[in-house]
Amino acid sequence: MAKPTLQRGDVLDGFVLEDLIHKGGMARLWSVTKPGIDVPMLMKVPVLGEGQDPAAIVSFEMEQMIMPRLSGPHVPRFIAAGDFALHPFIVMERLPGRSLLPRLSDLPMPYEEVADIGWKIATALDDLHRQHVIHLDIKPSNILFRESGEAVLLDFGLSHHQQLPDLMQEEFRLPYGTAPYMAPEQLLGVRTDPRSDQFALGVLLYFFSTGERPFGESERLNTMKKRLWQDPKPPRSLRKDYPLWLQEIVLRCLEVEPAWRYPTAAQLAFDLSNYDQIRLTARSERTSTDSFWTRVKRRFNPPERKAAAPQSVYRRLAAAPIVAVAVDLSEASKETNDSLREAAGRALAQLPSARLACLNVLKMSYIATRDTTLDDEGHNKHVNRLVQLQDWAQPLKLKEGQITFHVLEATDPASAILDYAEQNKVDQILLGARANSLRRSLLGSVSAKVAGEAGCTVTVVRVRREDAPAKPEHTASGGEVGESVAAP
Amino acid sequence: MLIALLADIHANRQAFTACLDDAKARGAERHVLLGDFVGYGADPVWCIDKATELVAGGAIAVMGNHDAAVSDPAIRMNEEAQEAIEWTRGKLGQAERRWLAELPMEHSDEGRLYVHADASQPDNWIYVLTVEEAARSLRATQAPVTFCGHTHKPAIFSTTAAAKMTAFSPVTEIAVPLHGLRRWLCVLGSVGQPRDGNPRACYGLFDTEKKEIIYIRVLYDIEAAAAAIRAARLPDFFAERLFIGR
Repeated sequence: MAKPTLQRGDVLDGFVLEDLIHKGGMARLWSVTKPGIDVPMLMKVPVLGEGQDPAAIVSFEMEQMIMPRLSGPHVPRFIAAGDFALHPFIVMERLPGRSLLPRLSDLPMPYEEVADIGWKIATALDDLHRQHVIHLDIKPSNILFRESGEAVLLDFGLSHHQQLPDLMQEEFRLPYGTAPYMAPEQLLGVRTDPRSDQFALGVLLYFFSTGERPFGESERLNTMKKRLWQDPKPPRSLRKDYPLWLQEIVLRCLEVEPAWRYPTAAQLAFDLSNYDQIRLTARSERTSTDSFWTRVKRRFNPPERKAAAPQSVYRRLAAAPIVAVAVDLSEASKETNDSLREAAGRALAQLPSARLACLNVLKMSYIATRDTTLDDEGHNKHVNRLVQLQDWAQPLKLKEGQITFHVLEATDPASAILDYAEQNKVDQILLGARANSLRRSLLGSVSAKVAGEAGCTVTVVRVRREDAPAKPEHTASGGEVGESVAAP
Repeated sequence: MLIALLADIHANRQAFTACLDDAKARGAERHVLLGDFVGYGADPVWCIDKATELVAGGAIAVMGNHDAAVSDPAIRMNEEAQEAIEWTRGKLGQAERRWLAELPMEHSDEGRLYVHADASQPDNWIYVLTVEEAARSLRATQAPVTFCGHTHKPAIFSTTAAAKMTAFSPVTEIAVPLHGLRRWLCVLGSVGQPRDGNPRACYGLFDTEKKEIIYIRVLYDIEAAAAAIRAARLPDFFAERLFIGR
């Protein structure tokens, strides 16, 4: 396996080695160029040879298997791989910018910034999980940001792909990962739970917002295993002004039982971007760890851990969707809104982990200065709408935490709904159909645009009419999402 | 080159035809038939004739335990399988019987080993179901990749130089790269009598360039295959199980 050391100027499969950028224990990173390829590129070459950790080889095999199968903005673009038997390497897009690692000197960070970083990472994790991959080594040095803002996850050497053989699974006795960030179930050898990534992100958020690592830095297995029974100090005991919502999110990510964390990274991302509406539990107010006796009991009388059957990410996502319902409060008929509510109720009835986001678009005129936040009677329009939305949803009797309310201000209701769905990884949009009307023919249909352009399922709810076919325009009632304000 | 791997055809003409058609549509250039051409199903002659034709065109075929049992009464099977073999004997002509009897136990080709069951004792017909059984088979060969059948349950095992094993259930239509740093054992599912709970016929496609294997499931006319079994007065159970893939 010993190979001559690579040098600047060497050529591998047409890639010219330029600079050695990073010399790690497991791999080296070179900047490379190739005639005909314009993007900046990195070549990752594993350190192989006598006396090397066999993990270096296996994790490189995993990465070579997984990377070509990933796509999208949250991973570096895969460009080429070398034949393992001849000269193993991976060439990928080289991203400008630095990882989160240098930010460690800025800790603790402002809470809103932590939430924003967390939202970006959770969004990237959701994308990765939807591609059947669990990262299993989320930490600051493995996260970069594109200039456009998206988080990019690096290093899939410890990852698990749900549709490919897991070469790491039976290879090593010791669980591999990064000690401070590793989820409790990973310490027990479980590599198939996407929620392990949520735990690591929870550690990162805790660290970034308090400046302290929740479980220390020890790499001794016995010390690491403490996290199975010893809960971390609540952030509020470290920083007096620590927001309740952030503690709620962080401690939920750090739950020992994966089932007590968020069902999906998408739902975590949702809470991080809508933290003003988080349902706070006892977690949020905790200021001390559990009592000595509680911890001792957990340690010596641990809950029975059934080896959970690996569950496909898709099944979990399917069981915990984010459903957005767009309610038109100004024009839609009562019947349409009632039908919409029934449809929302049906969508959520079977799925206790689902979340409902109620949207209303407050339509703004094209010239911003003409808008006022107050209505004719001096009431705040935005607040009015929120109250009306809550009133609409009240018969659903959903638990707090299962439902949120959002008034979007926009000139174009369809675009506002589409943007919201994209930003929040919505799985299904429900909206009411506008009956045939003159307005629709003049303004175009919001539901048609949303149905045509959304990246998720769209259900257009229409009140059943007994007298179909369609009535003539002028007798039609019903409405559409968003208030219609004639454009000036 | 794309190689179609077909195991445990078991005289199921409809399933065999459907897999061959599917492989052709996907551009398969070569066929490897991993044994058990007969037994259970009602069309042994047709299946052997088709296999003979494929072999004449360059296909590779190896012997399965049901094929061996046709000419070797010493090979005993469970009662129903035995009944099927005796029925099959009565249907086959001299030429078909000779073709079965002359099949090789294994075949090696450019680092690929083809065998019906475990490779350590091919004529003992040991099932490869567990990691331990896979390790025994892999120890018996230097071939980078072994392809076998016999269990009717798709699986992929790998081993490293340090003899560490991995086991995996392949996902239909998802290509699995068989990297050169480790050695692989691919257990194909059954064409003619799937038993992994999925009644669709199973076969594999191996891409020699990309070194990737893909497991494919094909819908076929189960009604017709079952009707033929019933018409031949073979045990009804052989027909029933086709519908549930057990």
